[in-house]
Amino acid sequence: MKETWKELPIGAIIKEPGSSKRFETGDWRTERPVLDPEKCIHCMFCWIYCPDSSIKVENGKMEGFLYEYCKGCGICADVCPTKAITMVREEV
Amino acid sequence: MKVVAKTANEAMAEAMRQINPDVVAAYPITPATEIVQIFSSFVHDGLVDTEFIAVESEHSAMSACIGAAAAGARVMTSTSSQGLALMDEVLYIAAALRLPIVICEINRALSAPINIHCDHSDTMNVRDSGWIQIYAEDSQEAYDSVIQAMKIAEEAFLPAMVTADGFILSHAMQRIDMLEDEEVQAFIGEHKSPYNLLDIYNPITIGPLDLQDYFFEHKRQEADAMMKAPEVIKKVADEFGQKFGRKYGLVEEYRLDDAEYAIVVIGSTAGTAKDTVDMMRDKGHKVGLLRIRVFRPFPAEEIVKALKNVRVVGVMDRADGVNAYGGPVFMEVRAALYEEEKKPDVYSFVYGLGGRDVKPVDIERVFQMIMDADKGKKIDRLNYIGVRE
Repeated sequence: MKETWKELPIGAIIKEPGSSKRFETGDWRTERPVLDPEKCIHCMFCWIYCPDSSIKVENGKMEGFLYEYCKGCGICADVCPTKAITMVREEV
Repeated sequence: MKVVAKTANEAMAEAMRQINPDVVAAYPITPATEIVQIFSSFVHDGLVDTEFIAVESEHSAMSACIGAAAAGARVMTSTSSQGLALMDEVLYIAAALRLPIVICEINRALSAPINIHCDHSDTMNVRDSGWIQIYAEDSQEAYDSVIQAMKIAEEAFLPAMVTADGFILSHAMQRIDMLEDEEVQAFIGEHKSPYNLLDIYNPITIGPLDLQDYFFEHKRQEADAMMKAPEVIKKVADEFGQKFGRKYGLVEEYRLDDAEYAIVVIGSTAGTAKDTVDMMRDKGHKVGLLRIRVFRPFPAEEIVKALKNVRVVGVMDRADGVNAYGGPVFMEVRAALYEEEKKPDVYSFVYGLGGRDVKPVDIERVFQMIMDADKGKKIDRLNYIGVRE
């Protein structure tokens, strides 16, 4: 539950440094990218092209997406040479 | 206490000197130029400790004031008309950030056509910006109100503007009872900030993006501060009255107790109107006057209490709504009375635009028109007084 107007600090200030890390910006997506690991060759094209650093990479391997920040632009699916990424409609 | 002869500009500059703010950022504009001109000479002569920032526009003046106030400084500025209009977008920011900045404002008509004389279109233009607005009737009140405004702003954590009518007050010499410097300092007390940007041990972020999930709560909180401001204003005025003998309220009633007909005015016109009320009382008319001193926060309760037993009210606006339903003071006074079972009939009279002189005969005409309306004569709801028809 978010704070009421009576609980917030005066003047719309933020008292906690670095709190923007908790601000998730991926909630206006209409389509989400879904990875087929069988087809992925870990070429990192998606990682290079993603405008929002939302490709999860571990030990040099493409491991999926950071849906908290992904806006669903579909560039990754477009550039993927093996068609390992498909865009799926977000349902409410 | 010493008695001096001063214009409202000089008196407000003296009030600024006695407040001794940490920062003044200002840009000159007629008829308020003298305020900062005189104040800058106080800075030059070492009579104040103020950091004076000469900026290139009023937009920058208010922006610099906001930065300084956010950094914990006691901040003041002065402007008029187009200058206040140029500050407009930044005024909203000062208010929403809850910074206790004080403006010494001189009322002057907004262009076009270009004009340097008094009307209230400039401050009415920013009436919903979240600033406290105090309209002075004379130079003494302008001086007293600036001192009170600094304390009010720092207790309510809202910015405040004190206004005086251009030329009529700003350039007219009047007898002023000035307080001693120490009395002013003791009255306003230690500076209070809502927060401090330079407090490195408690770092804060000011002015971040505030979207659908929090913006409304922050505006509601700001509105709440304004709703609580009348108590602060009254408390500060009472303390001022007790210490220095001059009493002020949110509104001023003049011969209203048994009045059947009343006019509502703000600013210097109240002086002329009081004389007119006296003259008409001598002729046997039961007339009175309500002067709204504090227009923001809007003192609806006091206005209703003062006017509900009157038969007809004429609200005199020195600013036109152009195509609104009457002048701004009319609209709000009439709206405030709406819920009352027994309420007066209320008419709008726009007058004095661009410094057009308002004489006792003009005010008498307003009274005559509302008295005629009461006797069944049909008059327009919205009227212009003193214009060549």
